[in-house]
Amino acid sequence: MRLNVRYSTQYLYSTPARRIIQLLRVTPQSFAGQTVLDWRIDVDCDARLREGCDGYGNVTHMLYVDAPVPSLRVTVTGCVMPEDAAGLVQGLPSDLPPGVFVRVTSLTRAGLPLRELAQALEQQGGTRLEKLHRLTGLIHMRMNFDTGTTDVDTPAEEAFAAGHGVCQDFAHIFIAVARCLGIPARYVSGHLYRRDGAVVQEAAHAWAEAWVEDLGWVAFDPTNGICADDTYIRVACGLDYRDAAPFAGARSGGGSETLAVEVQVRQAQSQTQS
Amino acid sequence: MAAKAAFDELWGASRGKAARPGLEALATWLGDTPPGEFDRRQQAAETAFRTLGITFNVYGDDEAAERIIPFDIVPRIFTDREWARLSAGLEQRVRAINAFIEDVYGPRRILADGVVPADIVLGNPQFCVAVAGARPPHGVYAHICGIDLVRTGPEDFHVLEDNARTPSGVSYMLENREAMLRLCPELFDILPVRPVDSYPELLRDTLHSVAPPGARDPRGVLLTPGHYNSAFYEHSFLADNMGIELVEGSDLEVDDDIVWMRTIEGRVRVDVIYRRIDDDFLDPLVFRRDSMLGVPGLMAAYLAGNVTLANAPGTGIADDKAIYSYMPEIVRYYTGEEVKLPNVETWRCREPEALRYTLDNLDKLVVKLVDGSGGYGMLVGPTASKNEIERFRAALEAEPHRYIAQPTLALSTVPTLTDSGLAPRHVDFRPFVLTGADGVTIVPGGLTRVALREGSLVVNSSQGGGTKDSFVLAPGKEPA
Repeated sequence: MRLNVRYSTQYLYSTPARRIIQLLRVTPQSFAGQTVLDWRIDVDCDARLREGCDGYGNVTHMLYVDAPVPSLRVTVTGCVMPEDAAGLVQGLPSDLPPGVFVRVTSLTRAGLPLRELAQALEQQGGTRLEKLHRLTGLIHMRMNFDTGTTDVDTPAEEAFAAGHGVCQDFAHIFIAVARCLGIPARYVSGHLYRRDGAVVQEAAHAWAEAWVEDLGWVAFDPTNGICADDTYIRVACGLDYRDAAPFAGARSGGGSETLAVEVQVRQAQSQTQS
Repeated sequence: MAAKAAFDELWGASRGKAARPGLEALATWLGDTPPGEFDRRQQAAETAFRTLGITFNVYGDDEAAERIIPFDIVPRIFTDREWARLSAGLEQRVRAINAFIEDVYGPRRILADGVVPADIVLGNPQFCVAVAGARPPHGVYAHICGIDLVRTGPEDFHVLEDNARTPSGVSYMLENREAMLRLCPELFDILPVRPVDSYPELLRDTLHSVAPPGARDPRGVLLTPGHYNSAFYEHSFLADNMGIELVEGSDLEVDDDIVWMRTIEGRVRVDVIYRRIDDDFLDPLVFRRDSMLGVPGLMAAYLAGNVTLANAPGTGIADDKAIYSYMPEIVRYYTGEEVKLPNVETWRCREPEALRYTLDNLDKLVVKLVDGSGGYGMLVGPTASKNEIERFRAALEAEPHRYIAQPTLALSTVPTLTDSGLAPRHVDFRPFVLTGADGVTIVPGGLTRVALREGSLVVNSSQGGGTKDSFVLAPGKEPA
């Protein structure tokens, strides 16, 4: 499937921001499961972008603005061709050993309820892949998708106790339980083409990848209860949200800030478009 | 315990009868100086330190937020032969540490070869994923190491810890020497003491040697968390003596992946940062978002190769007690030689047999948290109460992988001025090993820490230890 993405974030400042510095992880890479045909970042003010790469192998851009601005809009547009690889993530340009992704972070710490969930999965037996599928289904079933009840600092345990959250919380819960089972798991940020026709979305998507011997990394999306297919565009990964967040920034001045995010993912109409 | 049996740095095993060869002059000086004179000089030293403001914050001690580390005027002495052996061992160790760090953030050969278990490196919180694949100029990561050594016999030196993150204490080495030169000048006439005062210059040269390629006439700064930090005195002391700026995070800004220092004359480019803040606080965009101590964008500048951070982010992986236990293997792997400075025997509680041994011998062992430091999270079996031992037993059984255990060593002693005159007190030693583009340099000296309570083996300043000057003697007899 050939997908066009338009991902726009707009920051409005109550007083002009004098200096802005942001770390962007918004650029996908080609691998066996996806081909990036075209990708660009536009900024609506006098800004400079520096491309780099982080320890996880993510493409990064540093964004620098040093003249006062009342607002900042960053628009990312591109065209990507994902393939349905049954969730398999192979051929990434650089990849760390899976052993890195067993570490507990503050967002993926498992308290008693999540450890019990891990125990129950363990007791039911089966292969690692079966356990991970069951875990995906369980989270999808038990958790209600609900924006506005959690934020970027909500730990997995808290969202699980509340019983609702957004894709980020679903992914953190999956990762916390997988790591309890001794399975390396990592957080993935990216975009999703909605087959239900919802072209405009309020935020980027997030899911998880877990390490299965013989297969390698397999992408599970507990929010939708499935493995990633040709509607998923993989952008960045990390131990948790903080390592893979599309934007992390700091600024001087600017007062308070409001943020508007809009993501559009649609199927490319013309197959001959170059 | 073991104070009677311990090796004494001055008297050896002679129980105060004859000094060890080369150290006779100190023994004579101790014998000839009237007792009241020691007290007088000791008090003069304290007054001087207080006036200079050499203080140390003790975390978790409400009554004395800032206090002077007690200074003892009887120096600890290394002969030329001892020093030659130590410095060869230190150089070997630090070379291996740098090779290890370069490897684990790069090709990871040592893990593939099974010399060190992959999980204790990759799963370690000290393994800084953010810098995987990055190589600093000249492949130097641990520019400054403060290696803690203990001595248990005439020929028995052991490494206790490889402080490779942001080791502190070097200002005491320098200030203690200053104090000794002022208070006991005659000692320097009768003993050929090698000077240590070139340290700040050597540190500055080391830092400048590893500046990013292309930086002509590189500019270094010292980044401190600020004056609430326990080592702030040392930060300002070192910056002063190196002739570089002492800065806080808010004095720096990153633009176009380049680090700039704000000055009244405008922005000045910074090439090397001797940072005395922990990895977690370096850059709120990459590490802790709530950190006000660091500089947003600093990691981008580092990864782009536009600034050198000393020590490099991620060096903590070589300074972890779980990794420490593999250091002899690590040294052999990268240098092809046997380790010249052995470890203290260490039981890794993650291994079932070691755990069993530790649990069976808690009253005899020192048990440490793998990621603890400064004497916190530690059990000293022989002096611990029954309660403490049982508390530790429970903690060990719950999370054995977080602990190591070591025997309680008969640390060597040095005569020390106490309320009842000179008496032996246990010491350890922290020399400072510098690694720059041109190799390893070690100033002949270091920080000797002394446990002031009789029989105590805990020398940490955070636990009430004191310090002494450390004399390294020049070869042969120097003209007086």
